[in-house]
Amino acid sequence: MLEKIEAIVIGGSWGGIDAMIKILSALPSDFKPTLVIVLHRPKNVVNSLEGILKRNCKIPLSEPQDKEEIRSNHVYLAPSNYHLLIEKERIFSLDVSPPVNYFRPSIDVLFESAAQAYGKLMAGILLTGANKDGGDGMKTIAENGGFTIVQDPSTAASGIMPSAALRLIKPDFLGNIHSIIELISSGKEFIWQ
Amino acid sequence: MKAGNGKIILEDDQIEDLFVSVKRRYGYDFTGYSEASIKRRVQKFIETTEIQSADVLKDRLLEDGAFFTFFLDEITVNVTEMFRDPLFFASLKKNVFPLLKTYPFIKIWDAGCASGEELYSLAILLDEEELYGKSRIYATDISQRVLEKAMDGIYPIDLMKEYTGNYIHAGGKKSFSEYYTAMYGNAIFHSRLKKNVMFSAHNLAVDESFNEFNLIVCRNVLIYFNRQLQERVIELFLKSLPVFGFLALGNKETLSFSVFKDHFEEIDRLQKIYRRII
Repeated sequence: MLEKIEAIVIGGSWGGIDAMIKILSALPSDFKPTLVIVLHRPKNVVNSLEGILKRNCKIPLSEPQDKEEIRSNHVYLAPSNYHLLIEKERIFSLDVSPPVNYFRPSIDVLFESAAQAYGKLMAGILLTGANKDGGDGMKTIAENGGFTIVQDPSTAASGIMPSAALRLIKPDFLGNIHSIIELISSGKEFIWQ
Repeated sequence: MKAGNGKIILEDDQIEDLFVSVKRRYGYDFTGYSEASIKRRVQKFIETTEIQSADVLKDRLLEDGAFFTFFLDEITVNVTEMFRDPLFFASLKKNVFPLLKTYPFIKIWDAGCASGEELYSLAILLDEEELYGKSRIYATDISQRVLEKAMDGIYPIDLMKEYTGNYIHAGGKKSFSEYYTAMYGNAIFHSRLKKNVMFSAHNLAVDESFNEFNLIVCRNVLIYFNRQLQERVIELFLKSLPVFGFLALGNKETLSFSVFKDHFEEIDRLQKIYRRII
């Protein structure tokens, strides 16, 4: 069944950077949906993650400013030491409330707000990680009709994060990183709007 | 609405109704707050207090003033750290203090000072640049309870390792431990750091300008407001700044979306330090 997709949110822990680079580097420069990504990352270090991902991505990529309007054909990276949330009017909000699941930015916080803003017009992808963050967020995405994609824990560098999500939901798609890339880059199952 | 697991989920109109009632009863206005994050915190409040419905929450808030104070503390964010974003403080020292040095008297507003971590960071930096003596810092927050914590200046000793690292990155000149006394698992900051500080309650969402300042520091407060309320606050800051007065925002906050942006020039684009020019 073809689903309309406006945005894709992707979460992983610090070890998920390799998987994230694989996905970003595979996507064409005219890839239509908005991508919003959270990687668990150390705070107060000189910010190099944005540069690393930029070099591996053909789509424009940036860390959003608070209340920035969300564009299509753009990748947004959750900044260090803030939670990133999405408002219904398609703008970003940032938040420095306490870490969730020990992390700020937290995947759950982004995913839950995205689910409420986009409803079924979105997909969520949960990658490798050594923490249960992201599971509740995936559940909220599923409850709001979004499309859920989980990296097969047996193919992940650390399977704790995808496994925790699999205890809460039965995802629409479960597979290794290559099959996830194929799914989203081909647009199979989706209509980009 | 109840989710499958029995969890109460607040609807948007229930939250709006709640905020309208709270505003009428207590004068605190949350209607202009960023919806996604305020909703998440109200939702979390309902879960931790095990309140059964939006109506029960509303009734209790309107009847019980102490419960409202508790609610206020829980849904406003008071999390901060000393020398958060050390490079901001380094920039302040490099780009703002040289001008402040030329003034006979310096007035600073720390708007949304929360429990005071940023305030003491500022005081330490001013002290090391020999500016503290001629400074008056107005430290304000919406919550009386966190203001009292700010007045105390007492923080868990466990945090000092991280704060010392931040202090060094910010370009601190001394040994950080010279600024506090360690006692009973706490770091008690020296009272001379608050000698020139005036603490008072001020609500950016409803209160007016109360003075004119050479520097306004308001970091990671605007992020909790929607664009409309942000405009109100930026206008309030504009009214509180003379030409050449400085405004420092959080790293991810920007004046770019504001109708007042032409009143300001960027002094440090990354650290979000602005100066009023017209």
